[in-house]
Amino acid sequence: MLRYIPLVFKSSMRNRRRSVLTILSIGVSLSLLGVLMAVYYAFYFSDPTPEQALRIVVRNKVSLVNYLPLSYANQIKQIPGVVQLAGSNWYGGTYKDSRDSKNFFGRFATEPEQILKVRPEMKLTEEEKKAFIHERTACIIGRQLAENLGLKLGDRVPLQGDIYPGNIELTVRGIFEAPINNEVLYFNREYIWEGLPEARKGLVGQFTLMADSPESVPRIIRTVDEMFANSTVQTKTESEQAFQLAFASSLGNVKMFLMAICAAVTFTILLVSANTMAMSVRERVREVGILKTLGFTREAILGMILGEAAVISIIGGTVGLILAGLLCAGVRRGPAYIGQLKTMSMTPPVIFTTLAAALVIGVVSAFTPAYGASRTSIIDALRSTD
Amino acid sequence: MAIPIAYNFRNLIVRKTTSIMTALGIALTVAVLLAILAMVNGLRTSLEATGNPLNVLVLRKGSDSELVSNFARTVFQDLKFKDGIARGPSGEPLVSLETISVINLPSLEQPDGINITVRGLDLVGIGLRDGIKLSAGRWFLPGRREVVAGRHIAAQNPAAALGKKLRFGKGEWEVVGVMDAGKGASNSEIFADLNQVGSDYNRLEVASSALVRAVDPVALDALVKSLQDDPRLNVAAKPEKEYYAAQTSTALPIQVIGMFIAVIMAVGSSFAAMNTMYAAVARRSREIGTLRILGFSQSSILVSFFLESLMLSVAGGVLGCLLVLPLNGLTTGMLSFSTFSVINFDFTISPRIMMWGVAFAAFMGAIGGLFPARMAAKKEILTALRDI
Repeated sequence: MLRYIPLVFKSSMRNRRRSVLTILSIGVSLSLLGVLMAVYYAFYFSDPTPEQALRIVVRNKVSLVNYLPLSYANQIKQIPGVVQLAGSNWYGGTYKDSRDSKNFFGRFATEPEQILKVRPEMKLTEEEKKAFIHERTACIIGRQLAENLGLKLGDRVPLQGDIYPGNIELTVRGIFEAPINNEVLYFNREYIWEGLPEARKGLVGQFTLMADSPESVPRIIRTVDEMFANSTVQTKTESEQAFQLAFASSLGNVKMFLMAICAAVTFTILLVSANTMAMSVRERVREVGILKTLGFTREAILGMILGEAAVISIIGGTVGLILAGLLCAGVRRGPAYIGQLKTMSMTPPVIFTTLAAALVIGVVSAFTPAYGASRTSIIDALRSTD
Repeated sequence: MAIPIAYNFRNLIVRKTTSIMTALGIALTVAVLLAILAMVNGLRTSLEATGNPLNVLVLRKGSDSELVSNFARTVFQDLKFKDGIARGPSGEPLVSLETISVINLPSLEQPDGINITVRGLDLVGIGLRDGIKLSAGRWFLPGRREVVAGRHIAAQNPAAALGKKLRFGKGEWEVVGVMDAGKGASNSEIFADLNQVGSDYNRLEVASSALVRAVDPVALDALVKSLQDDPRLNVAAKPEKEYYAAQTSTALPIQVIGMFIAVIMAVGSSFAAMNTMYAAVARRSREIGTLRILGFSQSSILVSFFLESLMLSVAGGVLGCLLVLPLNGLTTGMLSFSTFSVINFDFTISPRIMMWGVAFAAFMGAIGGLFPARMAAKKEILTALRDI
């Protein structure tokens, strides 16, 4: 069987223009499939980073914009297994021109000392940490955000308040490196709380907890929600990963959207590939007849035509993967609406699935014409003029 | 002299498998584009149908949306007496103080829950929204813990159906009515009594926004200006229509992603169409030679093959339109970034976007058909005739 391989390669390049067009067509469509699968993977299957696996987010059960009382912090800290806890509030507000999407990023009013303990992966120098903790108007920002906005240490960040009244001016005192969440700004919540009316002071948007081990995470999640089940303000507790996913899925029916488009793309590729193989086989009926007279078996002919389809679709798949890699890199540089999209890349499982899809599509699409050709009788095949 | 169109048509029929497969590929591409356009179109229709042209929405200065705005009752008292505000039958100014909050309810599409806007308002506020009619039940009574759900909310969120009890704020609320706002965005909101909502969320003194009815369109401009410029009030005023129209940008990410996907699929489909047309040209070599001998010029051959590609792709485009047609009128929801809650709308496939779909298909066909048609036209008569 192996000795047929050169022949398979040769016949797949027999009509060079058609093969190139088919490869391009399949490649472009598969790049889309690859990107969509990378998105799907980043959303639903990516492994949490070691720190993420320990983190738990507690928020108001009703929705993200409702608050939790500050007093919950002390109760939650009593739960065995909770090592650290930081409260933070979404500040909202506007930075410069809100119409420019690069000016949209997460801004959190938080407890400086605590957030550094809950997010130890944020790398800062000792001086930076000290300034962040002690200076009331200090803020720290992620490296990526600093690059996007062209900010450096000591720069001022003016923010126009909306949820919280009044405008504030922060000073960049630290720029941190972190594997994820690189486009966020943290500042001291005392800065905005001091001017608030009494009724709005002790309200926290979310608590981020750090557990002692990944094993105790499910238990802590249960305990927190049970603890406040009968209070006026109930909580919704999730792992940090689930919390981020919940945010993404609130945008709309993401899963369904991805599935529908993947299906449309796959079916399109199937059509393109089937069409090409049908054309290619039809042109060669006479050739098949000659092969048969030379003694090639039915199975060998079937295998060779299927192999040809596989060669074309795998090359198309490879082209698709290269394009998809470029597209992923482009998406990662886009605005930070959804955290997960920042981590998407062509991981080995995605590459494998895309290539497997290409192969299956190629073989399936070639089967009908290949089977037909292998069954044509020698006489009919030789007589064919088309 | 032009080659009759019937020639191309019959050719497409003779090679029906190839023709159908190519057209179907184009149809799927068009269908994806149209589904996205229908979504954006539906959202836009819904937002444009919201609001009365005489209403002015007043927020605290610096706030882009009602959700993040804080509006003190004291400011509201001052605002009532501005010039140009219309008055009701008993002489009271038509102004409405409103409190916005967001609750989370499981919906049919998203069992994990979706955010929904709850609007606390009084009877004047309901009167200011003349487009809204009660389709079942009755309005909530002042001072009672009752709500009226928008028709989409009542239909999509089983927990908010008529007669059900909702749990939010400090206790239970009964759904006593369902309102129909036509195509408007209020279909995705829940209305309740201002003071009840205010006391549940500790927002009695500081509400979210105010809605004001101007006497006439001329007074509206003056009113907006005088509200904007009043340093005592420190508010931002905007015609209600404009406020909702601006929210169309919610669909921007979907639109961008959708267009991007459609364009990539179109590139793939163009290559496929090109493939089909090259094959058509190769197989009809002798025919082309014969046509030339009969006296058809190179340019009529070019036009003929180009038209054939266009016919093929337009057929695909029309098929694509038919494929998405069942989506028309289907209700879906999307999270609005400005209200942080769901806005439901119907997929709306207008003749206009169908035309876009067909034009898009024709464009693919044109790109795919140009080079093969040129090759057909350039064929040497003798070699063409000698081909098998």
